[in-house]
Amino acid sequence: MSSTFDTVADIISDIGDVEREKITPDSHVISDLEIDSLDFLDVAFSIDKEFDIKVPVEDWMTEINDGNADAEEYFLMKNLCAKIDELKSEKAA
Amino acid sequence: MRLEYFEMIDRVESIDLDAGKISVHAYVPKDSTVFEGHFPGYPLVPGVLLIEAMAQAAGYLILANEKFERMTFLAAVKEAKLRTFVLPETALIVTSEIEHDGAGYTMSKAAITADGKKICNAKLTHRTLPFENDDLKGHVLERARVTGLLNEG
Repeated sequence: MSSTFDTVADIISDIGDVEREKITPDSHVISDLEIDSLDFLDVAFSIDKEFDIKVPVEDWMTEINDGNADAEEYFLMKNLCAKIDELKSEKAA
Repeated sequence: MRLEYFEMIDRVESIDLDAGKISVHAYVPKDSTVFEGHFPGYPLVPGVLLIEAMAQAAGYLILANEKFERMTFLAAVKEAKLRTFVLPETALIVTSEIEHDGAGYTMSKAAITADGKKICNAKLTHRTLPFENDDLKGHVLERARVTGLLNEG
């Protein structure tokens, strides 16, 4: 989790031009770090490349827009990193 | 090309889904209402329409990659360079290559040449979404047949 967090925080800091120190496990990617849906495609691209996974951006957005999930579930940094770790584990399995 | 209808691609020359590459032909017509305004007395293909042509070539590639089950929408254009003016009656070759096939989005590179000369290039991001309705899907499939993207039977 910690290495995933550091990597994702670096990516978001770079793409969103956010000060690295401001990014914590409890930061909300959208509301706190001001990464919009278009920026998040670039974030997902970098995460995909870095971890050799496919972040299911569209599925997540659909779940949120349909009211089947809270945005925090995917876009709180600690939750996002946990999802990434799950995807990494599924890929490795 | 029928610029007024945003029909930018005339014919698919080649497509390789394994390599993630496409090459298409696009011939700029002699006359178009677009040229009445861009520009009076000096007709040039607007740069935004060259970007649209690249976006459509990439979109065709993604459509085929998605087996025509999902529609593609241009989401971002990066590092677009418009290098040369394009006049009426110019034969263009539009190419695109997938850089990353994500889940719900695709990153690609695209370029246009004429007589081997670089016209423009850009990096593109497309979102892929389910077709909004059957009318749209039918129209897309018809264009895919007309241009040779979709070969049935």
